[in-house]
Amino acid sequence: MYKLSACCSMACGISLHPKMVLASLRIRKQGNGHRTNVPRNVNLEKLQNNYLFPEISKRELQHMDKYPNAKVISLGIGDTTEPIPEKISLSMANYARALSTADGYRGYGAEQGNQALRKAIAETFYKDVVIKDTEVFVSDGSQCDISRLQLLLGSKVTIAVQDPSFPAYIDSSVIIGQAGDFQDKTGKYQNIEYMPCGPKNNFFPDLATTPRTDIIFFCSPNNPTGHAATRKQLQQLVEFARDNGSIIIFDSAYAAYITDDSPKSIFEIPGAKEVAIEISSFSKFAGFTGVRLGWTVVPEELLFSSGFPVINDFNRIVCTCFNGASNIAQAGGLACLSSEGFQAIRSVIDYYKENANILVDTFASLGLNVYGGVNAPYVWVHFPGSKSWSIFSEILEKTHIITVPGSGFGPGGAEYIRISAFGQRDRIIEASWRLEKLFSKEKNPF
Amino acid sequence: MPLMSDLSTSMISSSSSAFLAPISFNSRAQTVSVPVKSINIVKCVATPQEQQTAYKTNVSRNANIAKLQAGYLFPEVARRRAAHLLKYPNAQVISLGIGDTTEPIPEVITSAMAKRSRALSTLEGYSGYGAEQGEKALRAALASTFYRKLGIEDDDIFVSDGAKCDISRLQVVFGSNVSMAVQDPSYPAYVDSSVIMGQTGQFQKDVEKYANIEYMRCTPENGFFPDLSTVARTDIIFFCSPNNPTGAAATREQLIRLVQFAKDNGSIIVYDSAYALYMLDDNPRSIFEIPGAKEVAIETSSFSKYAGFTGVRLGWTVVPKQLLFSDGFPVAKDFNRIVCTCFNGASNIAQAGGLACLSPEGLEAMQEVIGFYKENTNIIVDTFNSLGFKVYGGKNAPYVWVHFPGQNSWDVFSEILEKTHIVTTPGSGFGPGGEGFIRVSAFGHRENVLEACRRFKQLYN
Repeated sequence: MYKLSACCSMACGISLHPKMVLASLRIRKQGNGHRTNVPRNVNLEKLQNNYLFPEISKRELQHMDKYPNAKVISLGIGDTTEPIPEKISLSMANYARALSTADGYRGYGAEQGNQALRKAIAETFYKDVVIKDTEVFVSDGSQCDISRLQLLLGSKVTIAVQDPSFPAYIDSSVIIGQAGDFQDKTGKYQNIEYMPCGPKNNFFPDLATTPRTDIIFFCSPNNPTGHAATRKQLQQLVEFARDNGSIIIFDSAYAAYITDDSPKSIFEIPGAKEVAIEISSFSKFAGFTGVRLGWTVVPEELLFSSGFPVINDFNRIVCTCFNGASNIAQAGGLACLSSEGFQAIRSVIDYYKENANILVDTFASLGLNVYGGVNAPYVWVHFPGSKSWSIFSEILEKTHIITVPGSGFGPGGAEYIRISAFGQRDRIIEASWRLEKLFSKEKNPF
Repeated sequence: MPLMSDLSTSMISSSSSAFLAPISFNSRAQTVSVPVKSINIVKCVATPQEQQTAYKTNVSRNANIAKLQAGYLFPEVARRRAAHLLKYPNAQVISLGIGDTTEPIPEVITSAMAKRSRALSTLEGYSGYGAEQGEKALRAALASTFYRKLGIEDDDIFVSDGAKCDISRLQVVFGSNVSMAVQDPSYPAYVDSSVIMGQTGQFQKDVEKYANIEYMRCTPENGFFPDLSTVARTDIIFFCSPNNPTGAAATREQLIRLVQFAKDNGSIIVYDSAYALYMLDDNPRSIFEIPGAKEVAIETSSFSKYAGFTGVRLGWTVVPKQLLFSDGFPVAKDFNRIVCTCFNGASNIAQAGGLACLSPEGLEAMQEVIGFYKENTNIIVDTFNSLGFKVYGGKNAPYVWVHFPGQNSWDVFSEILEKTHIVTTPGSGFGPGGEGFIRVSAFGHRENVLEACRRFKQLYN
């Protein structure tokens, strides 16, 4: 596993189920060394554990240490595995080489992104909904954009998230000071509104019982559940936001995986431009997880309560706290959106979608409750009455497969496991086979 | 007009406005695109009627961002440049304003990036998510290149997409309840990120300072090093050496004092060493050359001005294990958490370039480009000296700090721009201590720098 997070070599002091101190303590609280007189940021103290995905990495490494000969299959972190289509990587190589020439050298780019790329994004993804290139801000990825949006919004806003949800929404909220204290009893942060999304409500929150918050994070197709909200559901969401004067932050990073006619952008919903920001990414779209490229759309129509345009402040953040995505990555992005590049990318996406099909079929044939995997590269498997970290550990121990325990995404994920569909076909097939063996021989495994 | 109450008078001259900058402005391009609804223009433009009834959310604007006085400095300079080009479309504008590198990147470095790019199309060469802290080989190379024998280890180093981004990430680590000190003048990202983070009070127009920031005046009179005996204690001290904008490089003796000051006060120094390789004199290139610094300092640096990576985006921050908060908790641990949660690593292609930069061939090639810019700096310094100006900097940094006593720096900026078509940066953009100075940056093609100097001579003779 190439990804060695330094997180692994540092004191973790995590409190995950089961409660263990997985300590490889190269750093410990120093008794004798000089301490500054700078107080630690209380918001960071509120964070309960390490960020979810480095924790998964750590577990993987520990497992590999324990079983050095095991063929570990990673269906955990949603990391793309297939090579980037040649047309795209060649354009990046050419751009890089051109930086050695007088004509091709470029220094600082516009912080908002290369103009041609902004236009291409607007035309490729937002043509029918009339988003302008000037409303598109190119970035180094959604995880970074989420935090920049939190910087924009500040500590005094309230947020709602789906439960379960991508952990960066909650963690960034805690870090910026919006979230209040963690409550052990409920597994929730005090000031965050958790909107349960499960099979019972078709993975869409019951908005009638959801209190107003300033901001609503909404991811569709969803990570981790794989559910793509229907047009009707999104209409309700936009109406809800409008009635409450809230802002939706719509994460559409997996839109390219949609199979049916679920909306690919929040802006397909009339009125959304006045209530929503959309974030997206080239990571899962083009295999750019390491290259780093994404974008955020902030419509001009989106106004704070004073009437001040949100886009002005986001632009200020982008100009002050950021300095643009790498120009080489942006050249790659532009190539992705050429018709040839786009075609090539579609093939890779289809490849992952076929992986997802295989995994869905596997779990379905075992009689397990399986969700997602149709409009997203994630399969969400329900193990009623169980603890997800226990299942995670059992699967890892018995099949050497890394998954992600659902509780890492919030209390609503407690009984679920997320299986990601990124991987080489033969490994997906091998993983399916191992999972079949595990679950069919144990009638009531958990 | 309700919007007017959100706008405050800017500290730049009245001929421009805080929010004149079109929101879509592509600051490096020559064309200016203006948004359809120019509702944020301060000059007398009536708000279109529709704005009065436009739907507004019920989300309050972040009061911290509202404290900011103007757009970030460099987009503002870029905007002026673009406006000037509109006015004089045939003018040969020479940019010695924004410190943007101009010379091509040495081939040994770009070929490494090209190679990495192509490898991403192969099974063996494809890599997805990298370690958020940076690729191991690069961290090791940074440690051995810049921090050999200083006791900084590979895992004290966090690779990033640049110092500007790191500054904000550090502010996120520190939170809103810390106080900070900056040199005055200083690189504007320190102050602006502090305001955004909520560490400051309101801007005080009479003194042109934000309340709750300690401004440490750096002037010719004090050798551009603050009189620490008059500086109030703050939690964080931002210190840049070689300095942007003054070009001053702190001596070993000065830095010993600074470290002692931080130690006595239990403060944390954030040491910006982005221009260290421009150092000519025998001054420290890293704060960690000073004994005891590991317990009081963080260092941030960048490939931007070394390798022309201003667009490629690569930098690093060093957080020693020995640096502890007041409760004993290691700062590096919190920084790591931020890096894992609010960031996802620098581009793998850029990192491949960084590794090539630190190869023997790469280092040599970088030194050549740096040498080129240093020669530019010499030419500019000589020019202003010969014109009888008091000139500072330009020896240990690619910036020349020219004194225009008693003059408003935006006015000098405008006059230079109008009369010579040269873009510079007004000193007051870096803080009240910069008033009366102009920063001339030494990045540029040699012929442009020579031409600019000819024009300066014409103007000021």
